[in-house]
Amino acid sequence: MTKEYKTIIEISGPLIFLEKTEPVGYGELVHINLPDGTSKRGQVLDTSADIVAVQVFEGTGGLNEEAGVVFTGETIKLPVSKDMLGRILSGSGEPLDGGPRIVPEQRVDVNGASMNPYSRKPPEDFIQTGISTIDGTNTLVRGQKLPIFSGSGLPHNEIALQIARQSKVPGSTEDFAVVFAAMGITNEEAQYFMEDFEKTGALERAVVFLNLADDPAVERIITPRMALTAAEYLAYEHNMHVLVILTDITNYCEALRQMGAAREEVPGRRGYPGYMYTDLASLYERAGVIKGRKGSVTQFSILTMPGDDITHPIPDLSGYITEGQIVVSRELHRKGVYPPINVLPSLSRLMNSGIGDGKTRDDHKAVSDQMYAAYAEGRDLRGLVAIVGKEALSERDQRILEFADLFEDRFVRQGRDEDRSIEGTLDVAWEILSELPESLLTRVDNKYIEKYHPAHKSN
Amino acid sequence: MKGEIYRVAGPVVTIQGIKPKMYDVVHVGHEGLMGEVIRIKGDKATVQVYEDTSGIKPGEPVVNTGMSLSVELGPGLLESIYDGIQRPLKVLQEKMGDFIDRGVTANGLDRDKVWEFKPIVSSGDDLKAGEIIGVVQETENIEHKIMVPPNVSGKVSEIKSGKFKVDETICILTNGTELAMMQKWPVRLPRPVNKKFIPKRPLITGQRILDGLFPVAKGGTAAIPGPFGSGKTVTQQQLAKWSDTDIVVYIGCGERGNEMADVLNEFPELQDPKTGRPLMERTVLIANTSNMPVAAREASVYTGITIAEYYRDMGYDVSLMADSSSRWAEAMREISSRLEEMPGEEGYPAYLSARLSEFYERSGAVSSLSGEEGSITVIGAVSPPGGDFSEPVTQNTLRIVKVFWALDAKLAQRRHFPSINWLTSYSLYTQGLSEWFAENVAPDWVPLRDNAMDMLQQESELQEIVQLVGSDALPENQQLILEICRMIREYFLQQNAFHPVDTYCPFDKQYKLLKAISKYSEMAQAALESGIPMKDILSLESKDELAKVKFEEDFDSALDVVLTKMDKEFAALGGN
Repeated sequence: MTKEYKTIIEISGPLIFLEKTEPVGYGELVHINLPDGTSKRGQVLDTSADIVAVQVFEGTGGLNEEAGVVFTGETIKLPVSKDMLGRILSGSGEPLDGGPRIVPEQRVDVNGASMNPYSRKPPEDFIQTGISTIDGTNTLVRGQKLPIFSGSGLPHNEIALQIARQSKVPGSTEDFAVVFAAMGITNEEAQYFMEDFEKTGALERAVVFLNLADDPAVERIITPRMALTAAEYLAYEHNMHVLVILTDITNYCEALRQMGAAREEVPGRRGYPGYMYTDLASLYERAGVIKGRKGSVTQFSILTMPGDDITHPIPDLSGYITEGQIVVSRELHRKGVYPPINVLPSLSRLMNSGIGDGKTRDDHKAVSDQMYAAYAEGRDLRGLVAIVGKEALSERDQRILEFADLFEDRFVRQGRDEDRSIEGTLDVAWEILSELPESLLTRVDNKYIEKYHPAHKSN
Repeated sequence: MKGEIYRVAGPVVTIQGIKPKMYDVVHVGHEGLMGEVIRIKGDKATVQVYEDTSGIKPGEPVVNTGMSLSVELGPGLLESIYDGIQRPLKVLQEKMGDFIDRGVTANGLDRDKVWEFKPIVSSGDDLKAGEIIGVVQETENIEHKIMVPPNVSGKVSEIKSGKFKVDETICILTNGTELAMMQKWPVRLPRPVNKKFIPKRPLITGQRILDGLFPVAKGGTAAIPGPFGSGKTVTQQQLAKWSDTDIVVYIGCGERGNEMADVLNEFPELQDPKTGRPLMERTVLIANTSNMPVAAREASVYTGITIAEYYRDMGYDVSLMADSSSRWAEAMREISSRLEEMPGEEGYPAYLSARLSEFYERSGAVSSLSGEEGSITVIGAVSPPGGDFSEPVTQNTLRIVKVFWALDAKLAQRRHFPSINWLTSYSLYTQGLSEWFAENVAPDWVPLRDNAMDMLQQESELQEIVQLVGSDALPENQQLILEICRMIREYFLQQNAFHPVDTYCPFDKQYKLLKAISKYSEMAQAALESGIPMKDILSLESKDELAKVKFEEDFDSALDVVLTKMDKEFAALGGN
């Protein structure tokens, strides 16, 4: 039944072209058998009655026209099972930890299907990460996709690990799992993650997919899809709350650009393919909660902004799809603040549905807005002070300037293992807000000032 | 006649063996995936397919329907939630579960639902094209008018009355034509009208910066460009919630699934401020999220505007929100690049500008074929890459629309919402609507508003000086201007979409609020001139209290209390 074709007519970059085949399906998985007995895998990109184009995941090194090509008749599928937890797999789903192959409960198409918007349940369960700049001002909720926008040399990996370690839904004891997909990160970075997973025992609850920097770039296109397929399976078939960490999206996009160039496509902005928005959406949109099902998929991706430029196509297109972003700042990092999260360009779009009375606390939104407004103004004043000196500022402006410093020092800064509860976070917020005159707290209702302001509380 | 697939490359499929017309809908493959012919060359035709094409092989059959992409129009559109090609998402869920599979067809209108039809014509009447022949109570407040399709006319030989399904015959013409409540219309073709007017009435949105400073007219066009995180979607949703139109069509075009879920969840709960009924009863939602097929995204805006035109023809005011038109443009770009067309600016097809203007031109205040006056207001969100307004979609949109609401990331970062920049935004309807405002709001509304705009302009100039020398170096009267502008920004322009009271601000309240700020401004200036120290004027309690009156449920009495106090405080300051 499986017929082997030896009709390769062209090999170009990661692509091979064949002629005179039986009809081949678009997106089919392909096995390529080399004369030396090894084999590679690929996927059909373009199929017509005359010619078929295949992209080869492991690269075309060592291939020549004598290689045999077998079309499997099915799209790329991942064998999934609950036993995947605790396993380390390659970027294309093969075991790397020396353990047996996964005995599949199901085999699932890695491209997934788009969730019917009508079936989605709006995410609203507050996740406590223990990090004030996230919980307090950019709250994460279950089913959200919230990436970290970082730059090279910044501690995004530490932040991601701290989140993976500390995240919980207060008062809930439901099953959770972590799916970790590495795309083109270095061996050293991967080790760092693995060590931490092992040390904290998180590995037992994790599925790890590793595509490292020296693995084929084309495989990177499949890796996140494998990871998300595993995550959806655990979430929707086994009722688990899955946190997916994808790192680094930038490497993924580079792979996409490389493929586009090999296919001689018309490039879009900065050489990235015109369909990059749609392609990224097909990853990010696989986060969510479904009505009537218990599990959820929450995504926490990491992307390094080339040149710290937030308008670069990768962070830009991501920001248009994800439900906010956590921006890591070089300036704060240089000041020695950990975690160096700059709240001003950071945003959680789903924050409002996850906070408030019964979820976090009734004063949460008001406190957050007030800190944002005051901190933004304080940062502007810093620029002014550099020119005119502190003395030229009015009394009011000086207080706001001091607030900005307090905010970075007391609210943003925290220990690498410091797990602040949401009450703890809001209490710190009130402590620093109480350093401002009450007349400046225009974003906060009087009833909250009476209830939580340290000056009133103690009376 | 049957054809077959020649080539498959993503959503673009080449077929051979049949001779379709341009824009014919065809079903490709064994699963019958829906697609539309977009290019014909020799014996082959290129089809954009609205569903995922994985596993589809050359040689599979192709069937031509001979029809162009059409929507079903009739009772039951309201409260519906469709994908980009008018398949009801609820029906898709029943048929395929929580994930969207392919090869499933679903009728836009429910064929089993029965509606009470009341005719208003009788046999022997002559019917013009587009004439109303009867009515159906579609929701509590919307009377659905059944019209003769725009390409049909004749004399009534039989007209029925009573309960019918949408596809049952309710009227027979003497020439044998049978009419049902439902009609079909090709989405890419604008529905004809008698005449277009210059829009004269404002669209009241309950958003202070929009109604107050940059109003859009009913029948007008507006664009909201902004970088991500600047509040495009919240603004669009606020407009969908609070606009004083009869019908709202909301197109979620290539945007987030969770956001659509939020809309689907929220709209049935919210009340229309005008009628007190659930907002959903006047709304049609089209949700084609970013991970749904790109060709269907391209079609979604046409599906939406055709539905809007249908209700306009009945004589209703319709507002249409497209979030985001950039995603639509990108869908065009994606398909164009797969067709290997010669790209224009930034890879967008050369026909981008033409498509955008064709779309926005389907707005307008009109007299329909039946003589009813209706309107479509189109409000398009634009998502410029990197927030750079010089990119092709923003620029081509600005050439067409009359209102520009420029979102500003800097404002959003300091939680100034709605983060619409008051210096760069504009409305070309301000003049045309002045008369309406003077008659319906207050005679002094227009000067009040112009004065506020003037102050804000002065503020931006003064800020440049402050950046250099600090605010204390300014003369006192200029410091006062800065303070008044801060009040205008914080008390009037800032509006909390998530606050139960502040989310919707009636025009009367907008007027009183601005008037109160202006009153403080006048009294403060007078006090300053009579020699009262600046810091005493600034430290009035009533000034700070004015900040919070917009959140009060009983706004009028709260405002009265503050204004009375203000009078007293100024009197206590003394002076002349």
